[in-house]
Amino acid sequence: MNTEIKALAEKGHRVDGRKFDELRKPIKIETGISNKAEGSAKVTWGNTIVLAGIKMNVGTPYPDSQDQGVLITGAELSPMSDPKFLPGPPGPAAIELARVIDRGVRESKMIDMKKLCVREGELVWTVFLDIYPINNDGNLIDAAALAAVAALKSAVFPKLDGDKVLFGEFTKTKIPLNLLPITCTLAKIGSKIVVDPCLEEEKDFDVRLSVAVSEKGDVHAMQKGGMVGLDISEADEMIKLAVKKSAEIRKVLK
Amino acid sequence: MAYTKRFDGRKFDEIRAMDAKVGVIERATGSAMFKMGNTIAYAAVYGPRDLFPSFLQNSTRGIIRCYYDMWSFSVTDRKRPGPTRRSTEISKVSEAALFPALRLGAFPNTTFDIYINIIQADAGTRTAGINAAALALADAGVPMEDLVCSVAVGKVGDKICVDLDKEEEDFEEGATDLPVAIMPRSGKITLLQMDGNMTPKEIKEALTMAKKAMEKVKKVQVKALRDKYKGEDKK
Repeated sequence: MNTEIKALAEKGHRVDGRKFDELRKPIKIETGISNKAEGSAKVTWGNTIVLAGIKMNVGTPYPDSQDQGVLITGAELSPMSDPKFLPGPPGPAAIELARVIDRGVRESKMIDMKKLCVREGELVWTVFLDIYPINNDGNLIDAAALAAVAALKSAVFPKLDGDKVLFGEFTKTKIPLNLLPITCTLAKIGSKIVVDPCLEEEKDFDVRLSVAVSEKGDVHAMQKGGMVGLDISEADEMIKLAVKKSAEIRKVLK
Repeated sequence: MAYTKRFDGRKFDEIRAMDAKVGVIERATGSAMFKMGNTIAYAAVYGPRDLFPSFLQNSTRGIIRCYYDMWSFSVTDRKRPGPTRRSTEISKVSEAALFPALRLGAFPNTTFDIYINIIQADAGTRTAGINAAALALADAGVPMEDLVCSVAVGKVGDKICVDLDKEEEDFEEGATDLPVAIMPRSGKITLLQMDGNMTPKEIKEALTMAKKAMEKVKKVQVKALRDKYKGEDKK
């Protein structure tokens, strides 16, 4: 175990010189990075780079939500982005990433799913959200969540001819959105809580907590990681910090 | 119906506009982006790496492994994530296209892993991928005796064309696709595939056109490498 990161934290320092509550710079969004996608975005978050793309199709609704569209979120830990990621079907880490992003979007009711209904009980839109890191320098969750939101925000419906999608032909109608959730991840290193852990810190944190926050400051999804427990007071501190920092991240969406 | 004018207005022997950038993925040993028209490929090289299972090891030289993949949103009709028979074959021929340019004698028992990902596809993805991978290998400092330049030629209707785009590949009268990779210094062909219908004479003509177009690919590749490393020789 790398105790240097912890020793540094106890002295009030981080390995990359940031303050405990300081996000990496720059956080940048570029949309429209694939013209075949209904929506797409590339997020550069410090040295972490993540792509997200939206593809759409129509299909039958789920039996318990006959008047609502379907969201399917996938993530691959592309071996291109990190020497430790290997080719093969998504493992637990990739599936966790996809599900954490999915919950942020789904539970915040970001997408107005009822407006994705074409004919109740028969035909609804399916939104495929796919996430691929290009360079992993830590905190893929926050970068991927931001890329997902930016890609959805930029997405338009493809043309529909009867019950068939005319692939490659786009309308100007955007996917109806209610709000934009932002996910912010905190990590506990020794006794200290830091925001936006970088790769070096991810190797040595005790606990991480990812929190999806709406513009109003409501929390919509959380995910704890790490093999160590968390006090209620620590969780409270982390959530409050996530709400505060998410407002700062949100500025790049404007 | 004869194909008299190309859909995008290019001359028949004209390659699409290209762009390349080296060193786009910081974690990788070497990396590059290569754009041909609307096709965008990223490539990353990691290595030399220990190679397991050990029966794959070669005690006289390193090996390379290619992993080509199209990302789900790179095409109009979403591609299901994960490898396909098509991507597995392209990975294999890409390995064969790149390997002859490399000198891996100094890296016994190791592998260089090459990941090629397509983020926007408009035909010619394997050729753009090979162009990106050649740059990524050079960027990784792998000893190379030559670059590898790749372009597809083919026949649209009755006309021999260079660097077909998707609209041309889908030409209703039929189109022939003939992807080629050439090492520019030696002139040796390292990738050669075809599907469609052409006479031997037409193939020779197409290959001659490919060789000419390759000069342009090489120029873009060399410029991208120079752009990353310019100034370093003066240090």
